[in-house]
Amino acid sequence: MLTQTSFQGKLTKTEDLFIPFVVAGDPTPELTIQFALRLQKAGADILELGVPYSDPLADGPTIQRAAQRALQQNMSLTKAIELVPKLREAGVEIPVVIFTYYNPVIQMGYDRFFEMLEENGAEGVLIPDLPYEESEEIRGLAEEKGVEFISLVAPNSDTRIKQIAEHAKGFLYCVSTLGVTGGSNQMSAETLSFIKKVKEHSQVPVAVGFGVSTNEDVQLVREHSDGVIIGSKIIRLIEGELEAFENGQEEEALERFYQEIHQLVK
Amino acid sequence: MQQVFPDIKGRFGDFGGKYVPETLMGPLQELEEALDEAMSDQAFLDQYHHVLKEYAGRPTSLSYADKLSKQLGGAKIYLKREDLNHTGAHKLNNAIGQGLLAKRMGKKKIIAETGAGQHGVASATVAAKFGLECKVFMGEEDIRRQELNVFRMKLLGAEVISVSSGNGTLKDATNEAIRYWVANCEDHFYLIGSVVGPHPYPRMVRDFQRVIGDESKKQFLEVESELPDRIYACVGGGSNAMGMFYPFLQDPCELIGVEAAGKGIDTPEHAATLTKGTPGVIHGSMTYLMQDVNGQITEPYSISAGLDYPGIGPEHAHLFQTKQVRYESITDKEALSALQLLTEQEGIIPAIETAHALAQAFKEAAEMTPEQTILINLSGRGDKDMATLMEHFQEEE
Ligand SMILES: Cc1ncc(COP(=O)(O)O)c(C=O)c1O
Repeated sequence: MLTQTSFQGKLTKTEDLFIPFVVAGDPTPELTIQFALRLQKAGADILELGVPYSDPLADGPTIQRAAQRALQQNMSLTKAIELVPKLREAGVEIPVVIFTYYNPVIQMGYDRFFEMLEENGAEGVLIPDLPYEESEEIRGLAEEKGVEFISLVAPNSDTRIKQIAEHAKGFLYCVSTLGVTGGSNQMSAETLSFIKKVKEHSQVPVAVGFGVSTNEDVQLVREHSDGVIIGSKIIRLIEGELEAFENGQEEEALERFYQEIHQLVK
Repeated sequence: MQQVFPDIKGRFGDFGGKYVPETLMGPLQELEEALDEAMSDQAFLDQYHHVLKEYAGRPTSLSYADKLSKQLGGAKIYLKREDLNHTGAHKLNNAIGQGLLAKRMGKKKIIAETGAGQHGVASATVAAKFGLECKVFMGEEDIRRQELNVFRMKLLGAEVISVSSGNGTLKDATNEAIRYWVANCEDHFYLIGSVVGPHPYPRMVRDFQRVIGDESKKQFLEVESELPDRIYACVGGGSNAMGMFYPFLQDPCELIGVEAAGKGIDTPEHAATLTKGTPGVIHGSMTYLMQDVNGQITEPYSISAGLDYPGIGPEHAHLFQTKQVRYESITDKEALSALQLLTEQEGIIPAIETAHALAQAFKEAAEMTPEQTILINLSGRGDKDMATLMEHFQEEE
């Protein structure tokens, strides 16, 4: 029974979730809002809003490039959180998870961080370089404030899988392959048994990410888990339209983006 | 009783820990278990000390810089000669330790990051010696300024991977090495070159470098019958300094770590992490780093590739906070004059990294009395820096 999913009551589904990732400010904050709207239209259930970071250790070249473009727009943790009410205004209703590396959160301070999440209406937070052992305090604070603190679990988490899965909130991010983001997706027998093990211990939907880039990948992930997380593939689609945006063909580019996403997750 | 650092969570007081993606938690656990087992196995320790002695040429000498001491007219200056270690710097001590551990763990491939190229050369050397495959990640800019070491690594059979992100220096090379490790941790050993990174790296590298301080203490007592008043070392990531300082932490010696002030700590172009930085997380560790108000890591600058790093080992952050070590900073210019002075007076051409420690020590020695003694960790030799030095001194002419 999946009992702990809520995102402040905004997430009613617990299976077949589509969870896209975009980097706030890539290539501009305004376009981030437009992409979010198209993703929602294509069926997104939760939006992972990435905060660009100078040294993204868990990310491959695709998301690194997106972060660089966003940093050139002076995007920051503060501005990314402040983008949430603008998303709402434009019509994005799905829950938003702020995806940020840990250092910007330290500089902001936990108090201000949670205050900002509350003021701006972000429902979740994911910190890829803050493993279970280092996150006790922030998990406690998140629970107190009603913010979903999303945990990650990897094939080599081993004996820690049970502990991580049992304490997971919101949804559980299952890293399907070892490596940084943007690699290729493989669903070996080992991966499948890993996902199965995670599901046994999890009270929340188990979503799979890292390397999902085709409709076949999506179907495969759907079959074996509760949701699919897509990041680098979306960034590559955005990259493919950068020229069109520069040439003022925004509407056409956004429509193409929507169609691509629609085909990807249909 | 004195508290032992790091604690079981890998913390040195407020600093250290493991701030890494989930995929690295498994490999770090595996490493920690193998390390603990190796360090409590006398046979492993004997093997490590045997290789240090018969391959690296340890113990390195302690030299009295008589001419220079007289010229400065103050304290007696002693030099711990890590420049005489095989491959020309202290870096090999650690590479030998970790190389032996990699072999013991059954890992046939090692990866390393390098700034000045000294750690890359040390890693390539142990790879050749122990029969391991070696990839070295190095920033584009560092490849340019440390051309000679790049060639040495290739000659030793290592693959040098150029990293173009950021400023193309040590920080970026470290990011890329960690990313590569995440994807290939099953059969690769990541051989970190300084007391940085997630637990257990800072402790492991310190323990493989403490041979510098252990030897120094014994040698110093033999010639002077008492401990030095002050001990100096340059600080990039902080491994030569930690190795030198650690055995002296409970002694009444004043310990001084010297950072790179680049073009001056009042300019944005420096690498003085403790002097100017603030606490945060870099490369998996809570420590001091150079960053902007939004927590983005900023690009450091130093003429010396080995000190051109925006972070510092977490144990140094702890020693700084608890005032057990005094940290100073030295500009490019001051370092280069100290390099010249040592070369002219003692016939030793030091690495530019090392010259930062020399500059601070020379300033202070002149103010001290001839009854006082100081010890400087001469972390490496300057051969690798000839191109940079030629460029610099030609510009001056
Ligand atoms: C000769 C020498 N000294 C010092 C350093 C700085 O490193 P650490 O602070 O870890 O000793 C380097 C790094 O490349 C070096 O080559």
